[in-house]
Amino acid sequence: MLIRRVLLGGVTVCIVSLIIFAGVEMLPGDACTQFLGEYQADEELLAQCRKDLDLNRPPIDRFAEWTQGAITGDLGLAADGTTKISTIVGDRLKNSLLLAFLAMAVGIPLALFLGVVSGLWRDRLPDIIASTLAIFAMTIPEFVSATLLILVLSVWLGWLPGIVLTSAAAPASEFFPEILLPMIVLSFVMCAHIMRMVRSSVIDVMASDYVQMATLKGVPYWQMVFRHALPNALLPAINVVALTIAWLLGGVVVIEVVFNYPGLGRLMIDSISDRNLPVVQSIALIVASVYVCVNLAADLLTMIANPKLRTMYMRK
Amino acid sequence: MPQSSFIDIKNLSVGYTSRNGKIIPVLRDVNLSITRGDSIGLVGESGSGKSTLALAAMGYFKRGLHVISGQVQFDGIDMLNIERNALQRLRGGRLALIPQNSGQSLTPNLRIGQQISEALRLHGDLPATSFDVGVIDLLSQVRLPDPVGLTDRYPHELSGGQQQRVAIAMALASNPEALLLDEPTTGLDVTTQAHIMELLRDLAKDRNLAMLYVSHDLGAIARVCNKVMVMYAGETVLTGSAKQVLLSPRHPYAHGLLVSIPRLNEASLPQALDGRPPMPSETITGCAFADRCKLADQTCHKSPPPLNHLETGEAVRCFHHDQIGQLNQKTEKSARSNPTAADKGTALSLANLAVSYSQPGLLSKLFAPQDTPPSTVDRITIDIKKGETLGLVGESGSGKSTILKTIAGMVPAQSGNIILNQAERLDMMVEKRPAAHLRQVQIIFQNPDDSLNPRHTVAQVLAQPLRLYYGLSGTPLRDRSIDILEQVRLGEHYLERLPSQLSGGEKQRVAIARAFAADPEIILCDEVTSALDVSVQAAVLDLLDVLKRQDGTTYIFVSHDLAVVKAISDRVAVLYQGRICEIGPVAAVYSAPFHPYTDALLGAVLEPDPDVAPRLTADDVVELSPPKTGCPFQRRCPRKLGSICETDIPTAQEIAPGHVIHCHIPQLDL
Amino acid sequence: MTVSSTSHQQEHGRFITVMKDILARPSGRIGLTLVLFHILLALLSPLIAPYDFKLQNSSLMLSPPSSEHWLGADHLGRDILSRTLMGGREALLVTGIATPLAVIWGGFIGILFGLVGGRVDEVLMRIVDAFLSLPWILKMLVLIVTFGTGIGVLIPTLTFFYGIPVIRVARAATHDIIARDFVWAAKARGHSRISIIWRELLPNVLDTLMVEGAMRWSWMLLAFSSLSFLGFGVSPPTPDWGLMISDARGFMSFAPWGVIAPVIGLSSLIIGINLSADALAKALGIDRAQKAPM
Repeated sequence: MLIRRVLLGGVTVCIVSLIIFAGVEMLPGDACTQFLGEYQADEELLAQCRKDLDLNRPPIDRFAEWTQGAITGDLGLAADGTTKISTIVGDRLKNSLLLAFLAMAVGIPLALFLGVVSGLWRDRLPDIIASTLAIFAMTIPEFVSATLLILVLSVWLGWLPGIVLTSAAAPASEFFPEILLPMIVLSFVMCAHIMRMVRSSVIDVMASDYVQMATLKGVPYWQMVFRHALPNALLPAINVVALTIAWLLGGVVVIEVVFNYPGLGRLMIDSISDRNLPVVQSIALIVASVYVCVNLAADLLTMIANPKLRTMYMRK
Repeated sequence: MPQSSFIDIKNLSVGYTSRNGKIIPVLRDVNLSITRGDSIGLVGESGSGKSTLALAAMGYFKRGLHVISGQVQFDGIDMLNIERNALQRLRGGRLALIPQNSGQSLTPNLRIGQQISEALRLHGDLPATSFDVGVIDLLSQVRLPDPVGLTDRYPHELSGGQQQRVAIAMALASNPEALLLDEPTTGLDVTTQAHIMELLRDLAKDRNLAMLYVSHDLGAIARVCNKVMVMYAGETVLTGSAKQVLLSPRHPYAHGLLVSIPRLNEASLPQALDGRPPMPSETITGCAFADRCKLADQTCHKSPPPLNHLETGEAVRCFHHDQIGQLNQKTEKSARSNPTAADKGTALSLANLAVSYSQPGLLSKLFAPQDTPPSTVDRITIDIKKGETLGLVGESGSGKSTILKTIAGMVPAQSGNIILNQAERLDMMVEKRPAAHLRQVQIIFQNPDDSLNPRHTVAQVLAQPLRLYYGLSGTPLRDRSIDILEQVRLGEHYLERLPSQLSGGEKQRVAIARAFAADPEIILCDEVTSALDVSVQAAVLDLLDVLKRQDGTTYIFVSHDLAVVKAISDRVAVLYQGRICEIGPVAAVYSAPFHPYTDALLGAVLEPDPDVAPRLTADDVVELSPPKTGCPFQRRCPRKLGSICETDIPTAQEIAPGHVIHCHIPQLDL
Repeated sequence: MTVSSTSHQQEHGRFITVMKDILARPSGRIGLTLVLFHILLALLSPLIAPYDFKLQNSSLMLSPPSSEHWLGADHLGRDILSRTLMGGREALLVTGIATPLAVIWGGFIGILFGLVGGRVDEVLMRIVDAFLSLPWILKMLVLIVTFGTGIGVLIPTLTFFYGIPVIRVARAATHDIIARDFVWAAKARGHSRISIIWRELLPNVLDTLMVEGAMRWSWMLLAFSSLSFLGFGVSPPTPDWGLMISDARGFMSFAPWGVIAPVIGLSSLIIGINLSADALAKALGIDRAQKAPM
């Protein structure tokens, strides 16, 4: 079963790489016509470029080469034919990881806490406040909440810098305190989804027969909550947390643009605008692999944390 | 004899607030007192408020419910105004609960040992070092095998009966003085239930417990209780000693409930109790039972009857409690339709039918081709005569429903034949059967909530077979639909209702109507009354019998309830692990000589009569798959002969014409 | 009276009961009012807008709210009130067309493969997974950058990518329904495959798809306005909230009114859709909160 999951994850990554490669191949023009832009009328330049980039070989060969390179960490060259993709992407990936990690460190505990609190105090003041905030966080577009926060915290109050000016290659420590505002917005947005999920799960579990039984067994309230209710209520949250993490590592384009943060998302947008397709391909592959890995980890964790699944695989 | 009451509930009313702000009572002015050594049975149909009352004794109310008025005392302590810490000490301490459905009442993420030692830690006086010993001691007290190994298990790894025993052990951890039991054996197999009832009976006696036993099962109540209280629509309608209430009930509802239970020692169908209880939100002016009562007159509808305390010690809420005798005369036992005397030929033949659920994967096929598990169902050979009702009876896992599904073409047969009308073969799955055969075999499922499309009205449900098989539409379709509805005793006004607007019994009637709309030869009934209250069950059984008399339909009736099968069937097959143990006419199977398994099953049935004790012959071990060779019952058989039972398939011994027992024990010794 | 006309009445009756249930909830009342208000606004705004949305007046550049221009003017001196009133038209038009199309195609494929099952279904689910593992913005931007912006590209792009998660939902709902006894009962009676899908399956799956559609709509609006914000959606000078926010952001420190008006417009519409979707889910008895958000 476990092996099956890992294999399925591998299959998904293979299909993703195929989709990415085929998708780019199918677009009109190739890396050279796009890179050369207005010069593309010049057949000689075009032919030279194609030769440089090795575009004349059949797609299947190039796909094989590309995937082989990707496995060994060599992502090839960018569309200008000189820069190595791994260096461009490396810094950005590091920055994205930094931001994602900070947002997770704040957002996940906060979301779990708020979810549990509003589940336990269902329909009472703490729940009403937290749930209303969650609806706002989920529905208001990220660029809106980001803009409003900049307006209030940066422009009016002047507490935090509203924009990141540090260059992509700078060490992590130099991103402080500029990174704080994007981190707050990200935690706020991710918090909402997890919180709503946890809340409904806590409500379900608190209405369950075993929680009633624990109460009638004389287990004190908080001991009942921590021993009997929460371990079961938090199980389904694992998958939502995983999806959120995957999103944090690959999908925060808008926030990176708003704050001018040099992460993977902005590199993606810039590369798409510049039609630097080899870079786009690489980013897509990285993000998709992260998505698959995080989900796989979540499945594994669920399997370990859920006695039903654990005994199914261990005791056989 | 006057003893101070231990649990004392006085004038308790409990209700919830509806959406429009009205307070809706679910318990109305209920009194209950239990002394030490007493065990009181609380009886009523679903929605009568009996579970709410039992939980109220612990000062617990489900979310949304609140006390309107009244008092709850436990040993002089006011349970409704008690400090939280003191309440926690009492709950699970001096006052313990054994819940309904233990499978869901044990916390899934904690091991059995952890859950029981938690109870010991909270309430026991043991030092922490001896918790482990205490847990094992408790597990053996409830007669669980391998208590040491069990402590490391999680609840989901146990069978239903084992989970229930663990719940009992947990309740006993604190040495309680009072025990509340909320339907503790519902959903368990007959033999398991009988074993658990005996355990509870012994515990109550040994420890001089005060017990409150909530159940809809009067057989279970009769076994453990010395007093009974009957509830209807949130009110007490009758209290008295178990003998008084169960043998000569003084309230028309209790009377109706008792006669609606099918019994092993009667050959007739139980009598139905028509109608349904009022919803809590309905305003009741007179007696809540008046609409369903045969004794009701003007007064009953006008003013609510008081609870009369009789000289004999009973309390009855009825104006006409002295006229109950008339009920017995008014309603004669409706004799069941006679078994068809004339042999009209065979409707369906099962010839050596085998079914297997396990599909060996490619790997095991390659590497261990001989190592295939035994078939789920095997060696089923039965001829069912036209107009006959064949009962299939057995515990869960006996393969009875699988046989039905194979006949219906929902599960593929592994080998063997199914032959309709001595000519047409039905071995294939339903998709490949010709339409003419499909019409002739109809199926009614256990749970009407699942078998009726929630988005179809009754008219649409009935139109499906009528359109498909008879091409009806327009007025003829409507007329025929009304006609069929009236046959199942539902009126024309039901046509536009959705399943969500029907009661459980009404839904099952619609499902029956849908099956009969096809005018089939054979109807397969899969536990059709199991999801219903007893009074409703009697009505459905009666309906099935009447329809059969009209149309001469053949039934194959699957049930785990031996009394129900006896009431409706002409012939019975007793199944264990997918193999036939005994088959024959109903009277022959239900009387000696018995197959050891039939004997074990019949002995375990709890009759609603305090004077009848069950006989427990076999263990209540749950087997997950049949043995590879020999007799299917070998591992649990109390009369196992020896190795022959493990190696050889038992021979079919024909005891009398048509009565066959598959057993190695010689006929004369059976 | 024939049965077909009664079944028609039944559907009608159900629509009314569901609507009543939605309106009985505060979230449903507020949500539907907001959505209705925005739809009316989109239809009528060209008539009620006080100024021409593209009329530039350099003397008014970044001017604060005044009695002539209630919400002030933007960096090109255009009337913010007029632009805000009209700023939702394009978004509503595009997502209003793309959402139903996405639900239809995703639902159709999902039901189909849910029914077929087996290997084919396995392969499809892997492809769906693969698509879901790529960030939405990347998938869409690649197409938009290649084929250009504008409704003609945006509608098919959104329809395609937002239909993919619907496949998953429709497939799961199909699996749930076909395991139930009433479907078995219909099979055992010998109804044709088409009849079973049409009568037994669809009415039950459609409830799920309706809730799904309502949710997709709000997410699609989020995506659409994000694209506009990034400059890949609506082209100027067409007024659009995302674009307006993006334009006004640079002057936020001294002309915050340029940001606030479109923010309120956009947020109120998305919140309205979300509240309506919540109420609809509750009225149909489907719990939304349990679903994965992305």
